[in-house]
Amino acid sequence: MNLHEFQAKHIFSQYGIPIPRGFVARSAAEAKSAAEELGGSVWVVKAQVHAGGRGKAGGVKIAKSLDEVTEYTEALLGTRLVTHQTDEHGMPINAVMIEEGLDIAREIYLGALVDRASKRVVFMGSAAGGMDIEEVAATEPEKIITVRVNPVAGLQPYQCRQMGFALGLTPAQIKQLTQVMQGLYRCFEDRDLSLVEINPLIVTGDDTLLALDAKINVDDNAIEVKRQAEIADMRDVSQEDETEVQAAEHGLNYITLDGNIGCMVNGAGLAMATMDVIKLHGGEPANFLDVGGGTNKERVTEAFKIISASPDVQGILVNIFGGIVRCDMIAEGVIAAVREVGVDVPVVVRLEGTNVAQGKQLLAESGLDIIPADDLTDGAQKVVGAVSA
Amino acid sequence: MSILVDKHTKVIVQGFTGKQGTFHAEQCIAYGTNIVGGTTPGRGGEQHLERPVFNTVRDAVDGTGANASMIYVPAAFAADAILEAAEAGIKVIACITEGIPVLDMLKVKAALDFYDATLIGPNCPGIITPGECKIGIMPGHIHKAGSIGIVSRSGTLTYEAVKQTTDIGMGQSTCVGIGGDPIQGMNFIDVIEQFEADRQTKGIVMVGEIGGTAEEEAAEYIQAHVRKPVVAYIAGVTAPPGKRMGHAGAIISGGKGTAADKFGALEKAGVATVRSPAEIGQRVSDCFTG
Repeated sequence: MNLHEFQAKHIFSQYGIPIPRGFVARSAAEAKSAAEELGGSVWVVKAQVHAGGRGKAGGVKIAKSLDEVTEYTEALLGTRLVTHQTDEHGMPINAVMIEEGLDIAREIYLGALVDRASKRVVFMGSAAGGMDIEEVAATEPEKIITVRVNPVAGLQPYQCRQMGFALGLTPAQIKQLTQVMQGLYRCFEDRDLSLVEINPLIVTGDDTLLALDAKINVDDNAIEVKRQAEIADMRDVSQEDETEVQAAEHGLNYITLDGNIGCMVNGAGLAMATMDVIKLHGGEPANFLDVGGGTNKERVTEAFKIISASPDVQGILVNIFGGIVRCDMIAEGVIAAVREVGVDVPVVVRLEGTNVAQGKQLLAESGLDIIPADDLTDGAQKVVGAVSA
Repeated sequence: MSILVDKHTKVIVQGFTGKQGTFHAEQCIAYGTNIVGGTTPGRGGEQHLERPVFNTVRDAVDGTGANASMIYVPAAFAADAILEAAEAGIKVIACITEGIPVLDMLKVKAALDFYDATLIGPNCPGIITPGECKIGIMPGHIHKAGSIGIVSRSGTLTYEAVKQTTDIGMGQSTCVGIGGDPIQGMNFIDVIEQFEADRQTKGIVMVGEIGGTAEEEAAEYIQAHVRKPVVAYIAGVTAPPGKRMGHAGAIISGGKGTAADKFGALEKAGVATVRSPAEIGQRVSDCFTG
């Protein structure tokens, strides 16, 4: 789960990580009073969306008067921001952050994530702050400094010093960096983060380190087991795909794609493989959908409704390898859905595994126009054929 | 021979009396697995499925001589269950539980270095040596004792590979589901190393998916150390970057972990790859006939 910048900064402040003074605003009036409260003569208006690349996309504005604060806030709120990390529809801007303008002497990149290769939390730093770090990693990997944290010992001060010296910081700045990194690591552990980024971490003209931006991604599993209540409350579904949210409420794992062939599959690996086989036979999948291992008839019906509700879907392939899931139960779910929703696109069903004979029989006797398939290849060929016919 | 588990393996179930634990323990018993008992804290001394229930894994090991465990406890308590099994001297720990927080697994993984225990999973179907020992949730009836070792990150996709190797008549020596999480117990290399050393295993099927670099590392290992034929399939050619495809580990991030990279690395290492999981059986067959 992603957090907004203002939420991430709120969390940072609980771990002693210094942030600029600022407020979140949901209207031009709130923005103006925030700017008045902050004082000074320069403010930054920042669109709050779950996407990086906001600056380049026009989502961050420097205001030099209270009128400009109002003007920029009005221009941003209620619109959608398209950045290189979003799709062409962008993300809705429902809030902005108003922050004090700062005198920036240096910009640094600092981040931490769970590195699956080394099975450690890894800190990454780069003197090229403010830049797209993935671009730096691709073009100049030697400019990224990494520090691996032993999970038993935790982050040690020497590792922070190592990072600080490599970034070319002064001893006074390194003391502050150590505080920032240790705060981040405590936050990482306490809040079950999977990624945290400060880009940029700035050094101000008077030698103070501040987290100018904040990006936090929290491990969904930790939220699922209900040990991150405060974070769970910060969820903003307006930044998520509506259909994906609806599917998740029914215990379905669904992701929207660009094609026209809807898929319903049990198991994440098989679901991906089904998409691949559709593509291999000249079709384009409209979605990824895993109905899960311990699925039931109602969930199958719901999955079917979600797939067929998309106007882009011109054909549906159901691919089930029954293990624990019984094929006859899947067949019942499909039949119920087709009867209830009245699906008017071709439906190809491939069943295999537990109770496959009963499942196939139910489909054959249903009187519905369902195209049976013998195996995955046959199923993909039939659905691609039906869609292009 | 086979790897890790066989008809002599004595298995306990952690989370024995729960709904999942009960259902799958029944299935395993019906398959012929030597399930010797299980644990549910506070229910020690009872009988469940005609087998003893213990409060702790230590008691279960003392009482039954168990050397393997199958874990069905909820995600919030699974890390604790894995470490309890390791501490009690269990040698093969199969954790079926899905949705364990990543930082829990990070600590478990580091702690397991202190024990002589092998962890399979989490978020996996388990392990099966057909006809001898099934520890997990896979449908037993599609398996057939034979000569192909199967290792996979995905559950239902493993079943495809199993059914096809059964259909071509070769069957399986052992099938290991290593699971779909970013931090897991055994990885591809650990399992492939054992298949290479196992006399019953004549060929290996490896089923990977997008995310991480485990398949690329396995490719290097295979090139250097494996003489048996390996057939590989990678799921997720059509998966878009930045989207988690069901499994926590199945995500293309920072441009790394694409299916194309993995196919490329495997082909460079001389592995026979297939672009469709429906072709696994045929490709395995080809390795032994032509």
